[in-house]
Amino acid sequence: MEGEVIIGLEVHVQLNKLNSKLFCGCSTDYHDDDPNTHTCPVCLGLPGTLPVINKKAVEYAIRVALALNCVVQEETLFYRKNYYYPDLPKAFQITQYDYPLGLGGHILIKGEDGERVVRINRVHMEEDPGRLVHAGTIDRAKYTMVDYNRCGMALLEVVTEPDLRSPKEARAFLDKLRSILDYLDVFDGDLEGAMRVDSNLSLAGGDRAEVKNISGHKGVEKALNYEITRQKNVRRRGMKVVLETRHYDELRGVTVSMRTKEEAHDYRYFPEPDLVPMRIADWVPRVQEELPELPDAKRDRFRTQYGITDDHAKSLTSEIKVANFYERVAGKAPPKLAAVWVADVLKGELNYRDLSIENFHEDQMVEILKMLEREAITEKGAVEVVRQILDEGGSPAEIVKAMGLGKAEDDAVRVAVRAAVAECGPAVEDYRGGNEKAINFIVGQVMKKTRGRADPGEANRLVKEAIEEL
Amino acid sequence: MITGEDVDHISWLASIRVAENEKDEFVDQFNTVLDYFHQLDELDTEDVEPTYRVVELVNVFREDEAKESLPQEESLRNAPKRENGYFKSPRIV
Amino acid sequence: MLRELKEEIASGSAEEVISALLERVKRSKLNAYNALAEESALARARKFDGSPWAGRMAGIPIAIKDSISTRGIETTCSSRILQGYIPPYDAHVIERLKAEGAIIIGKTNMDEFCMGTSTETSCFGPTRNPWDTERVPGGSSGGSAAAVAAGEASCALGSDTGGSIRCPASFCGIVGMKPTYGLVSRYGLISYANSLEQIGPLASTVEDAALVLEVIAGHDPRDSTSAKTEGGYLDGLEDGVRGMVCGVPKEYFGEGVDDSVERSVWDAISVLEDLGASWREVSLPHTKYALAAYYIIAMSEASSNLARFDGLRYGLRVGTDKDWHTTFSEIRAAGFGPEVKRRILLGTYALSAGYYGRYYLKALKVRTLIKEDFQRAFQDVDVLVTPTMPFPAFRIGERIQDLLSLYMADVFTVPINLAGVPAISLPCGFAGGLPVGLQIVGDHFAEKTVFRASRAYEDATPHHAARPQEVI
Ligand SMILES: [Mg+2]
Ligand SMILES: [Zn+2]
Repeated sequence: MEGEVIIGLEVHVQLNKLNSKLFCGCSTDYHDDDPNTHTCPVCLGLPGTLPVINKKAVEYAIRVALALNCVVQEETLFYRKNYYYPDLPKAFQITQYDYPLGLGGHILIKGEDGERVVRINRVHMEEDPGRLVHAGTIDRAKYTMVDYNRCGMALLEVVTEPDLRSPKEARAFLDKLRSILDYLDVFDGDLEGAMRVDSNLSLAGGDRAEVKNISGHKGVEKALNYEITRQKNVRRRGMKVVLETRHYDELRGVTVSMRTKEEAHDYRYFPEPDLVPMRIADWVPRVQEELPELPDAKRDRFRTQYGITDDHAKSLTSEIKVANFYERVAGKAPPKLAAVWVADVLKGELNYRDLSIENFHEDQMVEILKMLEREAITEKGAVEVVRQILDEGGSPAEIVKAMGLGKAEDDAVRVAVRAAVAECGPAVEDYRGGNEKAINFIVGQVMKKTRGRADPGEANRLVKEAIEEL
Repeated sequence: MITGEDVDHISWLASIRVAENEKDEFVDQFNTVLDYFHQLDELDTEDVEPTYRVVELVNVFREDEAKESLPQEESLRNAPKRENGYFKSPRIV
Repeated sequence: MLRELKEEIASGSAEEVISALLERVKRSKLNAYNALAEESALARARKFDGSPWAGRMAGIPIAIKDSISTRGIETTCSSRILQGYIPPYDAHVIERLKAEGAIIIGKTNMDEFCMGTSTETSCFGPTRNPWDTERVPGGSSGGSAAAVAAGEASCALGSDTGGSIRCPASFCGIVGMKPTYGLVSRYGLISYANSLEQIGPLASTVEDAALVLEVIAGHDPRDSTSAKTEGGYLDGLEDGVRGMVCGVPKEYFGEGVDDSVERSVWDAISVLEDLGASWREVSLPHTKYALAAYYIIAMSEASSNLARFDGLRYGLRVGTDKDWHTTFSEIRAAGFGPEVKRRILLGTYALSAGYYGRYYLKALKVRTLIKEDFQRAFQDVDVLVTPTMPFPAFRIGERIQDLLSLYMADVFTVPINLAGVPAISLPCGFAGGLPVGLQIVGDHFAEKTVFRASRAYEDATPHHAARPQEVI
């Protein structure tokens, strides 16, 4: 097809829920700290130091590989990937090469035209390089500052086949991946640098360009759309797209060519002599057994178990915290009603405020749903309660009372009716005299006394009752 | 046979500048040594497994425990150039 | 000797012993040391004298090869590129030595990054052989060996990638032991060729070497290739060699070996026979391929290990900054000596696209054949007995210009590293006034057998007691 877009992704995911880095004991909790304060002789690559593999990191990697439907290899091995760059203190990255941990998986995403299978080529472990801070932009900086706090963090590289057909699908893939990682409890996607993407993009019949350094799932659409436009423009001008590496400059929203000489990469991979092989076949059954219910399975279950729509089920299962919240609420309140209020209302209000589900308590939602159920509150009022909780806090009952959001109670209406009948002697006489319309004046007084919260029809009936009882 | 161009390429890969006047000597020496290495070609190793390491250990791991890192000043102490807690590198491009 | 020294220190003064030693070093023209830890050593000695601590090496001064990381003491690998580097951490072996009460007195000279057989490639200039100062001490642990031989250290640590402990021990007439791969933690040993090298002792006697090994050996969780072993190298040291079978590999004799060296080694075999051992000829048929395989593997690993020296985090930073690649390339060109550059460049080539199979992988396969040679031999014999070096110490400058002839000197030591087995070199006589070394090789983790044979031989011969005249 003319102009068809072919995208493959290499996604680097930080296993940032580990306590320590991949090969040393430095803590992973560096995000708010000064540069080079989470570094030791090992992750600084000081002469003489040696790596030792974090066992939990391997277990996490197996978890992810299984969740992505990969085959976990019986024996897996670390290699050295040799290249120079200031963020790489040993001038090689310890990574996997010929014997990666997982091979040949797939996940489902919502594609441009329906559900789509994206094949995973491989999942492998490696160490994160340090962070470069350029004085200015990468292609114009006078010098570069290096912070090795990130260096040595455990990374998983998830490599897809070129199965994605648009930037939007790339985004959908990353959202789904993030959701799965979230379920597996190996990854906090909100931390800076938690997910970084390199992508290969080509238009049908052209050479591909590699776009590096896209941070997170949000930047990917923008970066790839830019790259498509760039490649189309190159073609329009009658030139060829060259095989090259481009760097995504997030601030400027453009991709910049890295020097072509860097293309002469020759990584001289060889097995890391300072580490020994990992024979992990024995671990797999246990990890498989402990694997939690994943988004797709949960979505199916929600649909059947709670009788909710597929859209609601999908929305409720994209984040594990939301899914767990929903299930807790659905245990105490009508599940269908809960689905509407959590998926449509609460999630929307949270998004709008950039808040997460932790800012709302399940009991608050249950209380709101109960009020709706016994019609003690209108839907409009309930939305107000949700907003008020998020903005100011407080319990639903207090908020309803304080803001006067409750539908008027019967008693209050009856009191108002008796008072109105007593006060409106002439109108009562008129009505008794056969003037049917005189009743409207009395009902009007009731509405006034209840500040409009009484139901007019109901008030009418009660006023007639009261006059007959006189 | 290694040529001057090969030496240039290796020098780039190894990130060691080789001056023009050193090149010829390197070419000669490398060819001498590589010639010597080629005596291994006499051996048929088709069915021989490589020995990457003489210890036959597998599954050597550490537990996921965070340990004390170096103080920033210690990490940076040996750095010839630094600034504001960072190592200072030449520009990238 | 260390046992007597320990008693002397305990009943006398560590400060006196160590300051006398330091004075001796300062008077010396051997150039055995790169740096003296004078202040810290004397302070520790005074502390010891004030309230002596226990430990297998309590109060004993020791010299450390400059390839081993010492906290607070400059560690350079005799390379310009590491000048001024002060490690913030101790190697595992240094921790062990300190825990057993030893006192570090300084860092010894070596071939730059262990790449050499003569200690001539040091950026600090060559170390001289105390038996003849016009000659090399061997290498790469030449400073450690010369210091021990000349009484400038009571014992020392070296590292041995392809003979770097045994060669200088042989040339300087002392005992040097390369343990089984994995016996001693490499944590803190600046890597040259990780899959080959081990730290080991250089000492005046077999017992001293066994004591130092006892202290530094043992499992270290920071080195993933570290073995779990029992030690006990001093136990049964004097049990003799009665019934022991010595293998004499025929490929280690004949062409290329000095007659005088061969004669000394055969004499040694006779001594062992007299002590109740028997000997038989064995064959290690792939010996002639060991050098090529060794150099390919060592250079390949080195090209990766030495890539980190770029002047960014530590070490030399020359010139004004340009782009990083140009800057690093210039720093590395200025910081490495010619032999180091050659090995890095050749190793880079051997690993590069299209050549990996021909060189690196091929060498690893040959390594398998060599390892199998040893396995086969050790089915029939307890130890192998060979010359350590094919000739005694050569003159400074004699071989350094001729690469292959320098590499050839390692012909009997490198197969041992390829196989990962333990081997010792001990004095077995003199050739033209220069010491000759006997190499005794054991099977994996058979250090005790090697020490036992060595001790029996040492007890029966006077060679270990010979000392060079003080060189001033
Ligand atoms: Mg990667
Ligand atoms: Zn660290």
